[in-house]
This record gives sequence, structure tokens and C-alpha cells, in this order.
Amino acid sequence: MTPLLEARGMTRRLAAEGVTLVRDVNLSFGHGEFVAITGPSGSGKSSLLYLLGLLDRPTEGQVLLEGQDTVGLAPPAMAALRLRHLGFVFQFHFLLPEFTALENVLIPIRKLGALEGEAARTSAMALLEGLGLAPAASKLPEQLSGGMRQRVAIARALANNPVLVLADEPTGNLDTRNAAAVFDIFERMTQAEGRTVLVVTHDPDLAARATRRVHLVDGAVVSDTRR
Amino acid sequence: MNLILDLARGMLRRRRRQTLVSVLGVALGVAFFIAIAGVMRGFQTYFVAQIIDVAPHITIKDETRDPPIQPAVLAAPEGAVAVRGVRPQDSIRGIRGAGEKLAALEAMPGVAAAPVLGGQALLRYGSRDVSATLLGLDPERHRRVSNIEKDMSAGRLEDLRSTANGIIIGEALARRLGVGMGDTISAISPAGVVLSMRVAGLFRTGIQSVDQGQGFVLLTVQQVLQNRPNTVNQILVRLSDVTEAEPLARRIEARFGNRTESWEEQNQNILTVFVIQNAIMYSVTGAILLVAAFGIYNIISTVVFEKTRDIAILKSLGFAEGDIQRLFLVQGLVVGVLGAALGCALGAAMIEGLAQVRFGVDTPAGQDRFVLSRDWRIYLIASGFAVVSSAVAALVPARRASRLDPVQVVRGAA
Repeated sequence: MTPLLEARGMTRRLAAEGVTLVRDVNLSFGHGEFVAITGPSGSGKSSLLYLLGLLDRPTEGQVLLEGQDTVGLAPPAMAALRLRHLGFVFQFHFLLPEFTALENVLIPIRKLGALEGEAARTSAMALLEGLGLAPAASKLPEQLSGGMRQRVAIARALANNPVLVLADEPTGNLDTRNAAAVFDIFERMTQAEGRTVLVVTHDPDLAARATRRVHLVDGAVVSDTRR
Repeated sequence: MNLILDLARGMLRRRRRQTLVSVLGVALGVAFFIAIAGVMRGFQTYFVAQIIDVAPHITIKDETRDPPIQPAVLAAPEGAVAVRGVRPQDSIRGIRGAGEKLAALEAMPGVAAAPVLGGQALLRYGSRDVSATLLGLDPERHRRVSNIEKDMSAGRLEDLRSTANGIIIGEALARRLGVGMGDTISAISPAGVVLSMRVAGLFRTGIQSVDQGQGFVLLTVQQVLQNRPNTVNQILVRLSDVTEAEPLARRIEARFGNRTESWEEQNQNILTVFVIQNAIMYSVTGAILLVAAFGIYNIISTVVFEKTRDIAILKSLGFAEGDIQRLFLVQGLVVGVLGAALGCALGAAMIEGLAQVRFGVDTPAGQDRFVLSRDWRIYLIASGFAVVSSAVAALVPARRASRLDPVQVVRGAA
């Protein structure tokens, strides 16, 4: 069976700085996996995530999404793949400050255009409700707590029902309780909804909750263990 | 596209004050353009209307555009002998076959023509001498090519027929001579003929040179006075469609050989001034809009700078470069369109304000206020220019935004 996402000999160099961010990474991810990417600061965790999330392109090697090589794709085609198949969560929530929680979740749905009008709103509302955010729907990001904002950001990442969710230090700005709540959500997404979640984290307790752990040192994978 | 519009609206709403200033900048540019263009265009239209009203649309003269080639030259076109000191052929001046030409002109649709014999004369009353240009005319035909009757303050053109040796002169000329209606003056022509003439009418066109130095007499009387029997030296033509003047003048000249001038040709100097005037107007108002465009550039640049993270997240969500570019282009366009709409309203208000201004001077033509143009095309040009310059101003920062690398932004923020 074709893996959901596969990296083959993936290397990313910054030519100008002469730095290698990620070197010769070979990884493959199936459906329903909960993967923690760990490693010391500057080990290339985030860079790996952006490469796997089609935000960045490797200087060498291949990234295959459902068997399709993405490296040669034009930027709009990459954008279309991200829109349809991927969801991102960052350390900062990056919600658009002018729009309410509901409107923020609606942006990718409307961009994709598969659902329209009331159907789109219902879908977005359901996502917010699923994350316990129903009362926050009509509030602006600045009116929400840090934990709630991050949950809204997760709802937005899930807006188009992606097969793959990529999170970069999603709990970096959260207290333990909220961080645990985010991981609860990720666990549910992988187990109940069959999505694959890749989380970059440096919190060993949280990393321990993942079903698979990829450890990076200096841009290279040094261990890949399954629980 | 609706999504892009909503996003743009949200971003602009967030910067309400700056947006308002930019919109006002564009609006002022548009409004000033409309007001200045209204005044200038109005003045020009009025001026042209006056010219068209007073002067004939086409004047056929008793000369050719280039001096006729002398027979001696014609005889030996490429001769080795140069003929010098040739005495020019002494032809009788005047339009030849004026009768047939008149008939041919009047046969054309929408064309009225009248024969005129113009010539100088010295008008004398008591000890006062004033030189004047006398036009010998045919009242019935002349009424169809000229609006002079409208400017007559006493008498009618017809009275030339009923008054023996009647003359109609400008009010200013009458004042200089010290004569009134019914007075008898003597007219002396360069040909040496002296006629006693009776003032049968007065006119006032508001054009000083005409009011001070022109008189009208019957064509036959003028032919006697100038000692040029059966001669006509001008044919005046009036058209129902003024815009046809220039092409028709060219056709007439080609057909008859006489020098034929349209009103445009005769007033070329004024029309050239209009071109310069328009150039000044466009550059002044263009400068205002340029400043406004810089305002737009500034606001969109600021928004792009402040929205770096939002751009990054939108890109990571799956917005393509084109979407991001459109998002900011739309913001510029919104400012431009709002500014244009407000500017049109403001400009219309300014025009109405100007319409209330009275100069308080008694000009002969009775024009004591601005003649204003309310042409919708002015509004269209101003709005179009505003919207286009807004789009161009927004394009530069929009392109910058679209090229933003989300990875750089996210990495920098983390």
C-alpha cells in the first residue's frame, strides 16, 4: 500500500549560508499515525516539518504525497495540495485578528469552495463545537485565551478535513493543562478520525504520548521508534 | 473572489483612519479634476459656441491658397531661362462665378450660403472720421448664415432694403462718430466714391473690434461704393452640423479652387491655446492624483508589512501567490473606487458651488458667472484615472506580499 507521505533522500541546504538544515531523510508515514518529531534546538525539526508539509522544497530528494512526487510542482499546485490535504498548526496561533473564530475557520473552507453558504458554516461550527469552542465562535481572537486561540487554530487546520495535520510546537505557548488538551485532540484525530498527525515538540512528556517518535540531530534522523 | 473581498474589507476596516485618509486623498484629486475640468471645458465650449455663433462656419475667399503661377513661368516650366521682373497679371479681384458657386453650395443638404463684398470705408460725421470695414450683404441670405440680427439693439437687417443707402453700425462705432438712429453720415471708399448713408440699425456683439469697426450695408450699395460692380469677394457658409466644417471646407476648396477656411482654421490660435490649457489642467490634477496614489501605496505597503504573519498563514493554508496579490490589489481598488465615488459627489458639489458665484460685472455678452461643463465624460475620466492609479499604486506592495516566503516568516516568529 502506498504510504500517505514519504520522504526519499530528502536534503535541504541553504546555499547562501552554506547550512544544511535537513540531510538525507528517508521517512514514510501511513494513515492514523501520531508522530512526534523531537530533537535539540536547531536540529532541523521545523525545517523537516515544512518540507513534509509542502511549504518548502528540498534541494535534493523527493517528497511524495499519496505516491505523487511534489518536488517538481508549480507553486499554485503545491498551494492547492496544502489546501485540500494538509492542515497546519504553529506555535503562534496566527489567527487573522480582524475575523471571529468562526470566520477564521471558514477561510480555508471558502477557499476550497467545496462547501458553500450554510453548509460551510455548519461544518465550521461543528469543528468548533468538537473542540469545545461553541461559545467562542463569534468572538475575535483578542477576546480569547491562549489555549482557546490555539484550539481555534487547530479547528482551522481541520477545516477541509485533511488527511495530514502538521503542528510546529503547538503547545509552546500553552500551560500544561492546555498543552495536554491539545494532545488529547491530536490523539482523538489519529485514533478516531484516522488522520496522521506530525508534531514537532521538545516536551518529552508530550512526545511520549505519540505512537511514533522521530528524533533528529543536526538535520539527520538518528532514531525512529514506534510505541 | 468573495472570500478575497471579505478578507480585504477586514484588513481595511482594521486601519480605518488610514483608509479614510487615502480615500479622501483620491476623492480630492477626483473632485478638483472635475471642478477644474468643468470650468475649463465649460469656458471652452462657451467660447467655441460664441465663435460658431458669431462667425460663419466656412468662409470662401477670393484668393487661392498659393499665389497663381505667372503665365511666363507656365510657358517655360523647366526652361533654362529665368524670367525676372515679370509684371503680375492684373486680374480683377473677386470670386468668379459667384452665382453658380452659391447655387451649388445651397444645393448641398444642411448648407446655407450668403455672398458678401467686404471693403474698407471712411465714415465721416461732421468733423469725425472713423475707418470701418463695411460688409455688403444680402439681408435674406445673410440672416441664414449669421446671428447678427440677434445682437441688434435697434433696427433690423431687413431695414437695409427699405432705407435708401441704409447702414447698420456697431454701437461703439456710433458713439465714436456721435451718431444715432436716422442720422446721415458720409462713407468714402478707397475707390474715391462718396455716398451719403443713413443709420438704419445698431448692434452690439460684445466683441470690441467688431462693435467699433464694422458696418453692414446692402450688397449692391457696397458694390457701388467700392466701384466693384457685380463683385463678391467672400461667400459665408453656415452648416447645420458644425463638425462637418473642416472636411467640407476642404471639399469646397478642391472643387472651386478658392481659398476656403473653416472656423477651426480661422481660430486655430485659440484652439491651440485650448490644447495648452488642457495639458496644464491634466498635469495639475494628475499631480493631485499622483500624491493620492502615493498615499495608497503607503497604506498598502504598511498593511503588507503588518500583515506578514497573516500572509504567511494564508499561504500555508493553501492560498497561491495570485490570491495574495489579488487580496492587496483589491484593497487598493477599494480605496480607489471609494475615493472616485466620493470625489464625483464632491466634484459635483464644487461645480454647483461655482455655479453660484457671480462676478458682478456687466459684460456685453451678459456672462457674469462661470460657464460650467457637467459632462459625464469628465467624471468618467477622473474616476477611471483614480481607479487605475490606485491599482498601480497597490500593485507594487501586492507583488511583494505575494512573494513572501511563509517558511521565513514562521521561522522568524517561532
